[in-house]
Amino acid sequence: MSFAEHLPILPVAIPALAAPLALLAMRRRRALGVGIAIVSCLLLLACALGLMAQVSGGTILVYALGEWPAPFGIVLVADRLAALMLVLTAALSLIALLHAVVTGADRKGRHFHPLFQFLLMGLNGAFLTGDLFNLFVFFEVLLIASYGLMLHGQGPARLKAGVQYVVVNLVGSSVFLIALGLLYALTGTLNMADMGLRVAEVAPADQGLLRIAGLLLVSVFALKAAVAPLHLWLPRTYAVTTPAVAALFAILTKVGVYAIIRVVPQVFGEGAGAAAWVPAPYLLPAAMVSAVIGFAGVFAARSLSEQAAYAVIGSTGTLLIAVAGWSAQSLGAGLYYLAHSTLAAAALFLVADVVARRRGSYGDVASPGPVFAGRSGIGLLFMAAAIAATGLPPLSGFIGKLLILKSVAALPDWRWAWGVILGTTLIGVIGFARVGSAVFWKSVEGESPQARASAPALGLALALGPAPAPARAPASRADLIAPALALALLAALSIGAGWASGYTDAAAAQVLDPAESARAVLKEAVR
Amino acid sequence: MTYEFLVSSAIGVLVAGGIYLTLRARTFQVVLGLTLISYAVNLFLFASGRLVIGRPPIWDKATGVYTDPLPQALALTAIVITFGMTAFVVILALRSFLETGSDHVDGDTVPCDRQDGLTQDGLAQDAEP
Repeated sequence: MSFAEHLPILPVAIPALAAPLALLAMRRRRALGVGIAIVSCLLLLACALGLMAQVSGGTILVYALGEWPAPFGIVLVADRLAALMLVLTAALSLIALLHAVVTGADRKGRHFHPLFQFLLMGLNGAFLTGDLFNLFVFFEVLLIASYGLMLHGQGPARLKAGVQYVVVNLVGSSVFLIALGLLYALTGTLNMADMGLRVAEVAPADQGLLRIAGLLLVSVFALKAAVAPLHLWLPRTYAVTTPAVAALFAILTKVGVYAIIRVVPQVFGEGAGAAAWVPAPYLLPAAMVSAVIGFAGVFAARSLSEQAAYAVIGSTGTLLIAVAGWSAQSLGAGLYYLAHSTLAAAALFLVADVVARRRGSYGDVASPGPVFAGRSGIGLLFMAAAIAATGLPPLSGFIGKLLILKSVAALPDWRWAWGVILGTTLIGVIGFARVGSAVFWKSVEGESPQARASAPALGLALALGPAPAPARAPASRADLIAPALALALLAALSIGAGWASGYTDAAAAQVLDPAESARAVLKEAVR
Repeated sequence: MTYEFLVSSAIGVLVAGGIYLTLRARTFQVVLGLTLISYAVNLFLFASGRLVIGRPPIWDKATGVYTDPLPQALALTAIVITFGMTAFVVILALRSFLETGSDHVDGDTVPCDRQDGLTQDGLAQDAEP
């Protein structure tokens, strides 16, 4: 096999190697460990782009681990959707890692970089695998890394939210296993493509069990995606965790959405007989409720990071409204919005951190605080992130929402969907405007005279400020780079919207044609 | 028939007990509940290959009929993962209890020694009045 044929395994193998290497290197020289982490993320981005270039023509790359043929061995499947998620993960991880290194957030605990790499390994594996049990294993890999990262930096608030986060996800994992056991008992396979072919042959007496399995599976994915009513764990977890980590966590909820998009058409699609599209009727109402709850939370949030966490829920809801259409057009629009909303949520978390680092004891609370240096510039950054998150022009959120509105117009429930999407946008705009004007326009007089010092004295002012001693006072504006980078990617997504939406439409068409991927995966069996 | 009934009722009882304990307010009960649920899940995974008695899972020249080996592998994987997760959640719960002085899962800050009517030295001083 040539090197190019091994490309699909690299996104899993690179972080799996980088994590222990970084762990060993950090014992002696910190900088070396950080360097390994950064190089790993750059390599991942290169691999993801390489994979995207290979599959953008419509080929489906199948990598049989250990050369065991498909229904028996485990396969990795790289198609357009998987490549899109890989590129998104790699880009987001670079931004989050950059922010963590620049702000010194990675120094607050010991094992930030190895855990970060293991999280990337779990994410990439979940996006690539073609085996349902393997999906469970990669979910666990990314979850246990996320537990560590979520608690990074510690403190009572994080521990408290951490216990809830871990318990909720452990229950979710148990339900996942029950669904897997049911599906295996009914179909006798765990390979997704093979399962898609065999569900049609399930005996009529077992159709009830098959439906239960489908609904349980989608419930677990909805829990990961924080779809209402399973969203309650998210706001606290994301709001209290380290902001650079929260920015990367923006893609964790999208793993749940990805799993829904991958499994429902393939296993419970047209060919599933009586169990076809079992979860579909529940998805649209749940998505609309999450959009409403998310943007209501944006409206009511007490701090910038809490607002960003609710924006994640709201954007997942909006995204799932598009997904619930299950047509190539609406799914394509949804995938474009998925890429956009992940980056927008990350930008919000990073801007919240930038503000919190400059306001000392006020943190990112959504109430007027002392004037801080560079406030107008950071205010513009916040405005851009808010524009992206709510979906106003000129950033890609507008195009994403426009595509979704256009595509769901074909649905029977399109009036509800339009009402929810447009209404939540309005609520979101008002919520962001309220918080933004409180933080960036109003100020409390005489609270922090040091912070009134002119821009050159910024570092000094913060060192003297009432801050509970940040790890390193921002001596420069270097911590603005990561959020600016996220916003620049959103602008690029907006400028390249024609190409991007063409790609996502093609990816959606490929996902909705499970027969094609079944041919690609199972032809390995006869080789 | 009775064998199937035994296994399925055991799974049912374990899940019921697990759900009851998971819904309790304190971390220790919740961890026990999660453990019970994971036992039930492992049994369930094992049973998903059908319950057959006295047949080998891998090749044996003395026999021509086998039991499905895959669910056993799945159950093993699940056991390892749940074991690690349980160890982690125990440590996390302990750490959270020691730092916040409360072992309530729902974020309630009522100190447990007060609630139980117990007085434990070293814990009471962390408690809020």
